[in-house]
Amino acid sequence: MLNKILFILIVSVTSLLASNSVYASPVETFEFQDEVTKIRFQALSKELRCPKCQNQNLADSNSPIAADLRRELYELLQQGKADSEVVDFMVARYGEFVLYRPRVSSITYILWFGPALLILIGVIIVIIILRKKPATKENLALDSQQQEKLQQLLQGNQPTSNIDNPNITKKEKE
Amino acid sequence: MNKVIRFLPLVLVIALGVVLYRGLSLNPQDMPSALVGNAMPEFSLSTLNDENKMVTKADLAGDIVLLNVWATWCPTCKYEHPYLLELATDPQLNSQVTLYGVNYKDERPAAQEWLTYYKDPYQFSIFDEEGTLGLDLGVYGAPETFVIDHHGIIRKRFAGALDIRVWRKEFEPLIKQLINEKLQGK
Repeated sequence: MLNKILFILIVSVTSLLASNSVYASPVETFEFQDEVTKIRFQALSKELRCPKCQNQNLADSNSPIAADLRRELYELLQQGKADSEVVDFMVARYGEFVLYRPRVSSITYILWFGPALLILIGVIIVIIILRKKPATKENLALDSQQQEKLQQLLQGNQPTSNIDNPNITKKEKE
Repeated sequence: MNKVIRFLPLVLVIALGVVLYRGLSLNPQDMPSALVGNAMPEFSLSTLNDENKMVTKADLAGDIVLLNVWATWCPTCKYEHPYLLELATDPQLNSQVTLYGVNYKDERPAAQEWLTYYKDPYQFSIFDEEGTLGLDLGVYGAPETFVIDHHGIIRKRFAGALDIRVWRKEFEPLIKQLINEKLQGK
């Protein structure tokens, strides 16, 4: 009995999760002549941005202008226009803005190549840091002057010149 | 060298701050129109007041044109309407600039009633029921106002309501420039 309840619970939860991944799309019915046109329509309407509601694509948006553009997109595809012609049509009217994947041009260089450039800078910095000479044993070894000072300290002979160690002088006063 | 590197993060943070601060005052809705500098698109549509009278691009030619996209379903259009009336009755402006309307995706009786009730500032309104002219103009809402020069080239697109502040800032300098260009026969 318990097993059965558990099973139903799991099934309902997983189906809920599954249905969440399918996003709501405005209801419209377009009839396509073939499967390829349908797939192209879906792809283009996901790639074109709604000019009014700027963070949604055409497929996603409920705004009237998005509905108009979906219809226009459908009609252009029915007329047998190529994907690039459809994109050109939209860009001619609404600007580069409607492309979720902007074209490579002088104003989008930073967008396209910025991340690669940043990674490159990062790699260069890492290489520079790594190539800096690590501290060797010779560098760490004390020179004769330091050795002498160390000896004095170990023997408890506070050198008179040492004024920047208040702890020791305090102890001595006690 | 080391000192320079030590200040690098500070410089970067300040630079980032400047960029982000500038971003605060940018309006993401303010998109440059793809059509500025292009010719007014061709169209053949009826006027709002007379469904048998067709108008085309040629009917707008020759003047400096303000083309105002409006609709009865658009509350902001109602807000800007008094200012359009003011512009249309300004004698100095009127002699140089002509105001036309594009009644965008609207119903004819409702739009006619609107113009009777609120008065009609337009020379005529183009009745764009399907939004085809709107689409060719890259309109994505209403109100929008276009400035078209005497050669039929779109010189400006403004999305949003017109009022005296917007007019002075966005339109007046351009209109003056266009009037000058026209006088110089450019």
